[in-house]
Amino acid sequence: MYRYDEFDATMVAERVAQFRGQVQRRLSGELTEDQFKPLRLMNGLYLQLHAYMLRVAIPYGTLSSKQMRRLGEVARKYDKGYGHFTTRQNIQYNWPALVDVPDLLDDLADVEMHAIQTSGNCIRNVTSDQYAGASAEEIEDPRPYCEMIRQWSTFHPEFSFLPRKFKIAVTAAPHDRAAVKVHDIGLILYKNEEGETGFEVIVGGGLGRTPYVGHTIRKFLPKKHLLSYLEAILRVYNLEGRRDNMYKARIKILVNSEGAEKFAEAVEAEWAQIKDSGIDLPREEMARIDAYFAPPVFEKLSDESAVLEEKKASDKNFARWLRLNTFAHKAPGYAIVNISLKPIGGVPGDISDVQMEAVADIAEEYSLDEIRATHEQNLVLPHVKKDDLYAVYAALKAVDLATANIGMVSDIIACPGLDYCSLANARSIPIAQRISERFADLGLQEDVGELKIKISGCINACGHHHVGHIGILGVDKKGEEFYQVTLGGSGAEDASIGEIAGRGLSSDQVVDAVEKLVGVYRERRQGKERFLDTYRRLGAEPFKEALYEAA
Amino acid sequence: MKAVTGNRLDDGVVVYLGDDDRWTSDLSAAARFEDGDAKDVLAAAQKRVKEIADAYLIEVDDSGAPAGRETLRETIRKSGPTVRLDLGYQAEA
Repeated sequence: MYRYDEFDATMVAERVAQFRGQVQRRLSGELTEDQFKPLRLMNGLYLQLHAYMLRVAIPYGTLSSKQMRRLGEVARKYDKGYGHFTTRQNIQYNWPALVDVPDLLDDLADVEMHAIQTSGNCIRNVTSDQYAGASAEEIEDPRPYCEMIRQWSTFHPEFSFLPRKFKIAVTAAPHDRAAVKVHDIGLILYKNEEGETGFEVIVGGGLGRTPYVGHTIRKFLPKKHLLSYLEAILRVYNLEGRRDNMYKARIKILVNSEGAEKFAEAVEAEWAQIKDSGIDLPREEMARIDAYFAPPVFEKLSDESAVLEEKKASDKNFARWLRLNTFAHKAPGYAIVNISLKPIGGVPGDISDVQMEAVADIAEEYSLDEIRATHEQNLVLPHVKKDDLYAVYAALKAVDLATANIGMVSDIIACPGLDYCSLANARSIPIAQRISERFADLGLQEDVGELKIKISGCINACGHHHVGHIGILGVDKKGEEFYQVTLGGSGAEDASIGEIAGRGLSSDQVVDAVEKLVGVYRERRQGKERFLDTYRRLGAEPFKEALYEAA
Repeated sequence: MKAVTGNRLDDGVVVYLGDDDRWTSDLSAAARFEDGDAKDVLAAAQKRVKEIADAYLIEVDDSGAPAGRETLRETIRKSGPTVRLDLGYQAEA
């Protein structure tokens, strides 16, 4: 894992000290709210419906046990005993008092954490594949590149006041778990026909009120040019992006109004100017960052585990958890474990202080001290020995973290919605809870198979509804909550934007609607088709018919 | 009828302007204003920058309950998250 050098430590400490002064001046009345708001937002501090909300960065979703333990302590000391993992691999606290935030940030700085780049019109915290460095299918660990982007982008003077926020995601696996095609910039590390590794550069994807799948503007970018090429993209955007209309200020609007080709030409022209001007990291610096992510020393193990096989045969629930929540590891005898933060009827992404501390302990004992946060609001233990899987399962179960539903109908992404968020038009969480309860039977869920339901409480689409196999968008109709259903979206390598199914449904109808959609799929599916595959084969009609028949 | 609401500066919790011109956590104890007077009251409240992060007007009915278009939002602010009945003012009731 990355460890702070003296520059990182100094930057974070100075930032906390600076913010402490700003908070003091706000409390004394020296600063008005209008003056203070941009300053607090630069430190991840929002004001929501009930209280302030602090969003803490988890760069590319990687955490140590020590950091997770501290997140739990912070939840207890400064908040109401829980935190909420977000769709950007971050964690949010919903109730911190302004007066406590500087101390809270000091506590985070002690474990190399902060709230920088979690808000404002800057390059936000970089996200990545939660299986990075563990999965057998990746070309190489994408996190050194994420870290390079982090160091380049943090407090970048030229890009601290962009037209709008800017999100970059990186993956190095053919199966996209980082939703790179719906980011401002998505990077896919792959090996070309000549056997060289480099990035496919995708620009202009995004969700929100104008959803787009991104365009590839460069098929192959040699790795060593990553930063200069990103700088060229950001320069074109910073200059040409609209600042007159907040809703048209994201890079996706620029790319899609100009056309991807024209945008790519402008980037290439800019890049030609700056390519050799020393923006790219020297080889030694790249090697230094790489070294932080050197793979842990895995024991030489047989890929078969007798202990595991025995437990699998004797415990059906464990066997299901194994099927649904674990994933192939690159090292023989190891597995990747997913921790679902979607208990049946629970709040997606929420986790208590006690659970955070338990996860920290389990990771310390069984996962080489590493934890990941996922954009689907779950956690991952990346390096667990197969021999230890049952012990890990039992330890997770003891703190209610062993729900076997990863990728299933109850593994729902939901934004905080009107229960917390001042931008929301409707509630999201109660809809997620009721769908989850409707499909509580885990056997039924496994039979339904992969089905991604994503729920947003407003058009800003923090709940990624556009890329849900079934997407649900909460809207306000004359003071009443209504829900618009979209179908056929995907945020993965087969990215697509869902299509609106028809008129909005009441909160009572929407849970039935999901059941009807699942019914059509189960009736019409062929072979091993997922819901999305069946939808794409049949088209929207049979699903729409089921939704609106005699309704 | 209108009431003035905001989030308290030091901890962010929801407050309402009371009859005694002090902030209260209880909406039913909030001062109610005719639409015509409300603007001036709000302008005065917004000047109290050391006390609140922001202030705005909400619609309330004769019993002091949230009303109008933002009924649901203001009911949730007044009570707490509907998915965590152990949190917010509803937990103290």
